[in-house]
Amino acid sequence: MAENNIKLQVKNLNFYYGKFHALKGINLDIASRKVTAFIGPSGCGKSTLLRTFNRMFQLYPGLNAEGEILLDGHNILGRDVDINLLRAKVGMVFQKPTPFPMSIYDNITFGVKLYEKLSKAEMDDRVEWALRKAALWNEVKDKLKQSGNSLSGGQQQRLCIARAVASRPEVLLLDEPTSALDPISTAHIEELIHELKEDYTIAIVTHNMQQAARVSDYTAYMYLGEMVEFGDTDAIFTTPKKKATEDYITGKFG
Amino acid sequence: MNDRTHIPAAIPSPATESPGQTGRFAMDPSIYRRRRLINAINMGASMMAMMFGLFWLFWILWTLIDQGLGGLSLDVFSRSTPPPGSVGGLANAIYGSLLMTLFGTLIGTPIGILAGIYLAEFGQRGWLAPATRFINDILLSAPSIVIGLFIYEMYVVSVGHFSGWAGALALSILVIPVVVRTTENMLRLVPGSLREAAAALGAPQWKVTLYVTLRSAKAGVLTGILLAVARISGETAPLLFTALNNQFWNSNMNQPMANLPIVIFQFAMSPYADWHTLAWAGSLLITFSVLALNIVARWMGSQKTQSH
Repeated sequence: MAENNIKLQVKNLNFYYGKFHALKGINLDIASRKVTAFIGPSGCGKSTLLRTFNRMFQLYPGLNAEGEILLDGHNILGRDVDINLLRAKVGMVFQKPTPFPMSIYDNITFGVKLYEKLSKAEMDDRVEWALRKAALWNEVKDKLKQSGNSLSGGQQQRLCIARAVASRPEVLLLDEPTSALDPISTAHIEELIHELKEDYTIAIVTHNMQQAARVSDYTAYMYLGEMVEFGDTDAIFTTPKKKATEDYITGKFG
Repeated sequence: MNDRTHIPAAIPSPATESPGQTGRFAMDPSIYRRRRLINAINMGASMMAMMFGLFWLFWILWTLIDQGLGGLSLDVFSRSTPPPGSVGGLANAIYGSLLMTLFGTLIGTPIGILAGIYLAEFGQRGWLAPATRFINDILLSAPSIVIGLFIYEMYVVSVGHFSGWAGALALSILVIPVVVRTTENMLRLVPGSLREAAAALGAPQWKVTLYVTLRSAKAGVLTGILLAVARISGETAPLLFTALNNQFWNSNMNQPMANLPIVIFQFAMSPYADWHTLAWAGSLLITFSVLALNIVARWMGSQKTQSH
């Protein structure tokens, strides 16, 4: 991986839930405009790792990250970092769809309005653009004023992706984005990930190994808070270097 | 988990089946009969308990309707409280009650909502929130006469006269703990994932709270306000030392003010029959307004649960 293609660089990251040592000395480079997947059994720390990239953990007391995470060379764990600006740059989509209690249109504009001043026409364009990106435009273009809660689960999740994309972040974190969805919605979202990586750096946590193999360029296998193996997805799934990785991928363990 | 794995072992497999049994499912009828009996006894007991409670409630309601309906007339809403023996109504008391309830709610609600937001959204760290929550719970169950005495000491004594404002202040102190409690509870029902999703877009916490969390809990918070209004609209004790009473029509909040609970109290204790009739009419009015408020609050609460 060439140095200038690295978007996020994790250096000796340790994470603590109070006294519990959840991430142990993680080192990792996340490539720009590629999809990096994190796999591993429940509780291995993959979601925890993802939630350090936008400092989501700071919403809760008692959680602490040590080490460095460089976004374009700047340490985002530093004290002087504006967390809200960081989160505007590093968007996130969660396991369960989380539409806000407002119209579909307002769901999209919520994040945009935080940092940009757009005219009505520009905003309309942005909403359409985001909804098209999330492959949802055709289904909702006639009911933008309806509540986001009125959509189906799969549509809600695509709405959340559109919402995350709308404020044009540089990195997109996906935390098991399809685990609550049916196979058709899952396929929609996987196609979407393929398209989105042309513009965005994507990190995805998934329990579904086929999904990791299908959508990602790089895969990291984690176990008990440690990075066991990290490399090209093809290599990880065909010729893993470590026995533990192979056991997990082939289903002998996990 | 373990129970689950043990179930197959408990059901006799065909091989170990005893000779007398024909099917796989075998039952001892005496166990079943016993269970039905216990169920019937308990069901009967709880029905009795419910009827006992409802009996008094319906007796009260029936007496109110029986005695109060005869006293209701246009005069009740158009004329002020009369001297004994002459024609009059409750217009000044109804107006005073409405006005003081309105101002009590207007003063108490914003404070209650803000405090509730603090407790639910901002007070995770430190000792202030748990202490506030504890004191609020005490205030919630404090006898309302104590609140009346407090306002009497703090306000009425220092300005030197009873007034509608003093009454509204006392009522607002009753509103606050109810609204604080319901606001906090309703905000806590909003899933954390919604807060995370808003924060993940880079929204500062006050925007997350105002536009996402509070909005999700809107119906519940409104229900809490209605319940608080229902609570204060029947309160007598806090008005006794604060608003006192007024025989005449008065719309000056700075003067002693008539109100339904105290007029009922005064008229019911009097020896005059026409005052008794008005007291019944007033009681009927209060009871059914409170009932109506409660029904609306329930209805709003159920609307909320249906939409999710």
